[in-house]
Amino acid sequence: MAVCIAVIAKENYPLYIRSVPTENELKFHYTVHTSLDVVDEKISAMGKALVDQRELYLGLLYPTEDYKVYGYVTNSKVKFVMVVDSSNTALRDNEIRSMFRKLHNSYTDIMCNPFYNPGDRIHSRAFDTMVNSMMMQVC
Amino acid sequence: MEWRRSYGRAPKMIHLESNFVQFKEELLPKEGNKALLTFPFLHIYWTECGDTELYKTTVKDDITKWQNVLKAHSSVDWLIVVVESDAKKKNKTNILPRTSIVDKIRNDFCNKQSDRCVVLSDPLKDSSRSQESWNAFLTKLRTLLLMSFTKNLGKFEDDMRTLREKRTEPGWSFCEYFMVQEELAFVFEMLQQFEDALVQYDELDALFSQYVVNFGAGDGANWLTFFCQPVRSWNGLILRKPIDMEKRELIQNQEATLLDLRSYLFSRQCTLLIFLQRPWEVSQRALELLHNCVQELKLLEVSVPPGALDCWVFLSCLEVLQRIEGCCDRAQIEANVSHTVGLWSYATEKLKSLGYLCGLVSEKGPNSEDLNRTVDLLAGLGAERPETANASQSPYKKLKEALSSVEAFEKHYLDLSHATIEMYTNIGRIRSAKLVGKDLAEFYMRKKGPQKAEVYLQGALKTYLAEGWALLVTHTRKQLAECQKQLGQIENYLQTSSLLAGDNHLTEEERKRFCQEILDFANQQAENQAQKVILPMHSFAQLKTLHFDPPNAVVHVGGKLSIELTLLSQMPIPVHVDQVAIHVHFSIEKNSYRKTAEWLTKHKTSNGVITFPNEIPGVSLQRNNLPALELYEMYERSPSDNSLNTAGIICKNVHMLLRRQESSSSLDVPSGLTLEDGAHVLKCNNLTLEPGDNKITFDIQAKEPGTYTLRQLCTSVGKVQFVLLHIYPIVQYDVYSQEPQLKVEPMTESLLAGIPQKVKFTVTTGHYAMKSGDTLQLSNADAMPILYHPESKAVIYSNTREKISESSLRIQSSEKITSISLPVAPAYHVIEFELEVMYLPSATESAVVKENSANKENHRKNKEKQKQDNCMATVDQKVTIDCPWSIYSTIIALTFCIPFNAKHSLLSAGKRKYVQVCVQNLSELCFQLSDYSLKNSAECTDLQLVPLNPASQQVMYSKQSIFFVWELKWTKELPLSLQCLFSVSFCPATSEEQSLTLKPFTYGFQVENFFTLYHVKTEIFPPLDAEYCKTGSLCSLEVSITRLVELSEVDRDEALTESDGYCTTKLMYEVVDNSSNWAVCGKSSGVISMPVAPRATHKVHMEVMPLFAGYLPFPDVRLFKYLPHHSAHSMQLDADSWIENDNLSVDKNVDDQADSSSIRSRGSLHSTASGEHKGLPMPRLQPFSPGQVFNSSTGMQILVIPSKDDHVLEVNVT
Repeated sequence: MAVCIAVIAKENYPLYIRSVPTENELKFHYTVHTSLDVVDEKISAMGKALVDQRELYLGLLYPTEDYKVYGYVTNSKVKFVMVVDSSNTALRDNEIRSMFRKLHNSYTDIMCNPFYNPGDRIHSRAFDTMVNSMMMQVC
Repeated sequence: MEWRRSYGRAPKMIHLESNFVQFKEELLPKEGNKALLTFPFLHIYWTECGDTELYKTTVKDDITKWQNVLKAHSSVDWLIVVVESDAKKKNKTNILPRTSIVDKIRNDFCNKQSDRCVVLSDPLKDSSRSQESWNAFLTKLRTLLLMSFTKNLGKFEDDMRTLREKRTEPGWSFCEYFMVQEELAFVFEMLQQFEDALVQYDELDALFSQYVVNFGAGDGANWLTFFCQPVRSWNGLILRKPIDMEKRELIQNQEATLLDLRSYLFSRQCTLLIFLQRPWEVSQRALELLHNCVQELKLLEVSVPPGALDCWVFLSCLEVLQRIEGCCDRAQIEANVSHTVGLWSYATEKLKSLGYLCGLVSEKGPNSEDLNRTVDLLAGLGAERPETANASQSPYKKLKEALSSVEAFEKHYLDLSHATIEMYTNIGRIRSAKLVGKDLAEFYMRKKGPQKAEVYLQGALKTYLAEGWALLVTHTRKQLAECQKQLGQIENYLQTSSLLAGDNHLTEEERKRFCQEILDFANQQAENQAQKVILPMHSFAQLKTLHFDPPNAVVHVGGKLSIELTLLSQMPIPVHVDQVAIHVHFSIEKNSYRKTAEWLTKHKTSNGVITFPNEIPGVSLQRNNLPALELYEMYERSPSDNSLNTAGIICKNVHMLLRRQESSSSLDVPSGLTLEDGAHVLKCNNLTLEPGDNKITFDIQAKEPGTYTLRQLCTSVGKVQFVLLHIYPIVQYDVYSQEPQLKVEPMTESLLAGIPQKVKFTVTTGHYAMKSGDTLQLSNADAMPILYHPESKAVIYSNTREKISESSLRIQSSEKITSISLPVAPAYHVIEFELEVMYLPSATESAVVKENSANKENHRKNKEKQKQDNCMATVDQKVTIDCPWSIYSTIIALTFCIPFNAKHSLLSAGKRKYVQVCVQNLSELCFQLSDYSLKNSAECTDLQLVPLNPASQQVMYSKQSIFFVWELKWTKELPLSLQCLFSVSFCPATSEEQSLTLKPFTYGFQVENFFTLYHVKTEIFPPLDAEYCKTGSLCSLEVSITRLVELSEVDRDEALTESDGYCTTKLMYEVVDNSSNWAVCGKSSGVISMPVAPRATHKVHMEVMPLFAGYLPFPDVRLFKYLPHHSAHSMQLDADSWIENDNLSVDKNVDDQADSSSIRSRGSLHSTASGEHKGLPMPRLQPFSPGQVFNSSTGMQILVIPSKDDHVLEVNVT
């Protein structure tokens, strides 16, 4: 489904980034990094809204010729960015949303791990498996 | 006109335009006609007929015929208008209104719909009537027209839906359907319902997209294959015309390609959106469209010549942008850059790829193949549109120009790129701007313009570094390295190379290549040897740990210290290093405590390993570089009442935190901060650093005392030096020098006098090395001999308390000096040995003297002190020691505690006298006591002390007391006072060896006035008629005082010689009941005159009443000497004796505190009274010494029974 999934810390450095191995990893890094611009823009636009009623899902950040980039931001300003192949039209907003929710749950599990220091890079097998499952489900 | 529609759609105001066309049968729509715009909505029959006959003959038939035609076409929307003129009417006034033409027509045609016929009277006249009729007509016309319109529109929509439902049927054509739905859209547009029109197009758009998607999923519709024909024209979007008829025709004729369809669709959407004043949506949709088209072409596997799509996209982007610019003013555009910037960057990207494709980016310019391709691309653009042909700028012209030459391309590309970067920067999308900048840098690099590229690369690198994107950093650095290499920035290039060589995101080969680059440079035999390149260390290697040996990093002068560095080499291959040097800063520390051996031994906690914070090489985030906040609480209190004024938090390292962030570390190699003073450099030459951890050991011979701080670490590889500018956390080692010291301290908590105890001698050699023959010379004191065993050993420890050797101690004692020869020990060692010393309370007199001198003032104090904390009396003994390293003698004071405390008391029973000595052990040790004796120091043979003590040996435990009693027997007259000396031998109960001759403990004391003068006997008798005493009834108390001896020396002073020859003394008696058991009735005290003669008895009677029932102790009877006022001469003496007696009385009553205190208070009252009336003739009271009065009834009790009529029962609960 997704071709690249990234978890980005509040300070905009990557906590986790993983892409489909067949494609150029670097390109996705650039894409995800650039998408942070839009994430920041959206967050600051949302900033005024009530915090607890805020929608975590940011929607489509921006499309490129080949990929669509979706964003999601947790209450602690950790960002999830998912890059999806544009040709994969079967993916609707709802699916993306549920994928993000799954990602968020998995991330929460990591945060609950007492041995994990918030802010460190994520090295978790469970998280890997989950991300893999999201990337493997090729329609 | 208000338009109400079905299905609950909200009423809208619409503007419906209509054309009036002459009726022709051909114009009537055939079945299945889909044209809505030209649809005849309302048929109007106009007649001017005013004549009935005429009507009947021609008009009626005509109308019938018309109606039939209409019916045949199932059109029910018609209207008959009858135009009347006044002139004609006037002629026919006789005609009944019923039979007017209008009525006839109504009758004939409008059976049920009378409103289908309208009369228009005198349309050309300006009269109120004609006006009215016009109005009525127009209203009717509108209503009917709208009715018909609504009906037909509904029908049309239904038809359209039906058509849409058929889409799965094989023959269905999208283009046909497209035209139908577009018709609807046109109608809406005509009605100025742009929103609705847009919806129609959106629906078409979505439908088409869905088909494409389905096609991609393998569910292809036949008609779609048509759109899959190869793309031959890519002339971009045309948004200037409201309707691109050219394309529409293509669609109508089913000849459109995908791009044509999309272009047309979008141009319509764009037009409508602009009508709707939503230009920003245009840009947004445009981007989506372009992406979508590219995707769809891919999905449908349409063959597209290379570059064609890029052209199309580029042209389209610019077209959209120009269209938007055309309908908005400048300010609006600037405010909405965020919507358009995507298009800009997309156009830039496309132009770039076109440029690469057509060989316009290479240094040499396009080759023939490139040129061919360019020509093909330009051909596909077709001719320029007529609308823009005359404009100076059009996307078409731009593209054509850009592709025409290398220079033009560069110009256009740079323009676009700069515009895009600027826009991105303006709206704060820095990252996007950097990405475009990087593309630009790439372009410059291709064009061999590295100096221009560098700026962009550095900018991008900075951003990525700041946000810690390792992979991007690596990639950008690689580009930067190439750029710097071309620029010839050797230092920067080497630095970047070193960073890359240590970057594990690169492949092994690449890392090796960069590493080799550095090594190659380093090994160049440059003529200018002095010029060295200094690079920061962190990319090359990382300082991980530092290990000191000895671990506390303190070494004495001349000592050896080794520092072991663990250096993590980041290089992929082993690197031969010429030299590793640590630059050390030396400072003479004022506070020399750190440098003493004492400090050494106390601070042994650290294991000597300093671990440096682990920073990720190359990706050291700036947030990590910031030190942690150091916050402290702060309270400010008002000086007057100490109440809290302010409370707050202080950040102690503000200067660190609020410092300006250092700009890119790669640029600021501080050339000034190179190598500090060369005096203190630790070096290690010719090493090979393997990849990974390397251990480097530095050995230091400590020279000058002081603190050495490691500042910089420098690794030299040929011409290249890698410098770690600051070693943090601060690493220091200390070199100290120390004076020799001697310390003597007891092994136990305190030294006890009288027994041999061990004392530890500690010699800290410091900088002095013990030679053979060095001795400690101790001056002997009589009271404290030094005992030693020949087997006693001296132990030599190193500074770190490691035992080094042991040697026996040789001690020579002469009369005055004990000399201890010390073993040979090197400097900065510690010699320890133990000696036994014993303090002998040198002579008895010393103790006695001490006791006596202290007696008067201190006795009471001591007593009280002992009561409180039982502290031992102490004696200081000074020893003078001559040390070999100093010409001065050291004087050491040892404090000994006397373990015992002795007390004595005199006990009497009638005339018999006993002396009791109580010895209390104050120490923690147990002692064995033996050979106790009490001797009368005065040579008094007629006095005998008979011991009443059982065993000859007794063990005395810690904190225990032992009492000894002797009976005093005498034959002759007793002396006034008795000097006694108590002595007891003791030795520690645990020690087996009895060889030592320990001196006994002695205690001297004096007993005075101990002979019994008076015997007091008290008796209580019940009332005469009763057998027992009863509470509340009076009893008689009889006190009989009997003198036992004749006038003796003791009371000679007080005796009064009376005229008739014998002496009397005056005594005062007092009956006191302290425990309130008795009520003394009447006089409780009185003065009696006692004859000084044995057996002289004096009896006193008084009445007492028992207050309680039970066995009640007798009330106390006290006797005092009653001195007449005349004895002024004895004032002095009295005062002394007074105090003394008081003391004694206290002694006697130690166990009865309340009693004694009452006496004392009484006594002091008397004494003050006597003091005050010193000059006045006042009689005084003086108590007897203990033993002078014997009260035989002390402790007697009498039974008191409760009286029967006791109404009051008191219950005391305590």
